[in-house]
Amino acid sequence: MCGIVGLYLKNKKLEKHLGKHLTAMLVGMSDRGPDSAGMAVYRNPAPKGSVKLSLFHPDPTFAWKKLASQVRKAFGGKAKGEVRGSHYVLVAKGSPERLRKWIPEHFPTVRIMGIGDIIEIYKEKGRPEQVAQRFRLHELTGTHAIGHTRMATESAVTTEHSHPFSTGQDLCLVHNGSLSNYNRLRQWLQRHGIQFQTDNDTEVAAGYFAFRLQQGDSLKEALKAGLVDLDGFFTFAVGTRDGFAVVRDGIACKPAVLAENDDWVAMASEYRSIAHLPGAEKAKIWEPAPATIYTWGNA
Amino acid sequence: MITVDLETAGGVRALNDRLHKLPHDTNETAWKVLNPMGAHAVAVGVNAPIQVEIDGHVGYYCGGMNTDATITVNGHAGPGLGENIMSGTIRVKGNASQSAAATGRGGLVVIEGSASSRCGIAMKGVDIVVGGDVGHMSAFMAQAGHLVVCGDAGSSLGDSIYEAILYVRGQVESLGADCIEKEMTPEHLKTVESLLKRAGVKADPKAFKRYGSARKLYNFKIDNAANY
Repeated sequence: MCGIVGLYLKNKKLEKHLGKHLTAMLVGMSDRGPDSAGMAVYRNPAPKGSVKLSLFHPDPTFAWKKLASQVRKAFGGKAKGEVRGSHYVLVAKGSPERLRKWIPEHFPTVRIMGIGDIIEIYKEKGRPEQVAQRFRLHELTGTHAIGHTRMATESAVTTEHSHPFSTGQDLCLVHNGSLSNYNRLRQWLQRHGIQFQTDNDTEVAAGYFAFRLQQGDSLKEALKAGLVDLDGFFTFAVGTRDGFAVVRDGIACKPAVLAENDDWVAMASEYRSIAHLPGAEKAKIWEPAPATIYTWGNA
Repeated sequence: MITVDLETAGGVRALNDRLHKLPHDTNETAWKVLNPMGAHAVAVGVNAPIQVEIDGHVGYYCGGMNTDATITVNGHAGPGLGENIMSGTIRVKGNASQSAAATGRGGLVVIEGSASSRCGIAMKGVDIVVGGDVGHMSAFMAQAGHLVVCGDAGSSLGDSIYEAILYVRGQVESLGADCIEKEMTPEHLKTVESLLKRAGVKADPKAFKRYGSARKLYNFKIDNAANY
């Protein structure tokens, strides 16, 4: 069991409260996922020619400023960052491909959790309420976000095993369910150049979608292919730079609720996480059909 | 009328505790529940002929194991609505999620909107009336009782069905293993008419088709006796 949530704001006035609403949604899914929690928040686009990286280090005293100054030396530009809990969001000049290579070479204990122009990923062990607090999630403004609360069933409880998993620039995946063919699929993807940080099943799905997108698939095409190639139970939510997408497997035993009104579109494993959004009681509410792809924004 | 606001009155546990303590001949027969906010297990295990009206959307297992009570949800219901209902009536004004009335042994479950997948899975005597559609794998391994669907049914309706009887007005995407269409005799027209009446759902009984077991999958065949 896990909980997943997504919130896409149609009304700009709500953007300053994105973090507050997302916190309530995540906390609402605590019973479904008390082991760890994570979120991808889309906010504050990086200036042109810059990249935004979400970095993690388990040591709370890690010298992020040193990392930023070395990035400045290597890549030029300003390279500024902000510490939130165990994470550091760095905005630096340079290409995503080069930074993705350079950071592990020079700081092998730092993990890149997310990369893009606009995405910020925060994830951590612990109950959703504590995790949200450590990252000061309630402060965050933004246009849209997805989140996950994890009840681990198939691999260890660590920050690295937490969702969301990055699937490419400004893209990430959260999953409720379990996959069964992920070992073979991981081997196949590794032979095709996709790298993995953990033994987690969802990371394989993320790697699979990253691979399909690299091959030129649109997100919808990649998700459609996933319905055939991924064996198991899933409700997926995919965050993109402009919105999010939701898809359930054909058996659809993992729950999902969608809700929409004039101000927002919300997705959650259960209505409990939607109930506290402004105007939820009058929103249009429905259950996404099996094996059907739903998208908002330019997802 | 006793009103319980779940946001302020100690939540579902306190409500259910009060409901469970009611004697069968209680005078406290009219209950109103406010602000369910998708909570699980609202009014589960009630064992008294009372009326419980819930204003808002409920989560999992609302009205589960119900005996004698009449429970009305003025909203949508999550998975496992009225799971293992024994008797009484559960009515949802909106839609119900998967596995509505699963394993129900008696009573009536009315979903005025649509039900999603696995509606009436393993039903054992409950009567279910759905105003809209039902999703895939509905009435899977259904043993006894009636499922009336005024809209369409999703794929694999009645897969591995035993002796439950299914009536569908609209399209059936596909029938599951050992489920076949059967003749709508005058007796069945009467049954549909009476179920629709009990449910307060308006539809012409003559527009329904009947589905049930071909009895090839579960029935003991004397010709096979030597194999046991």
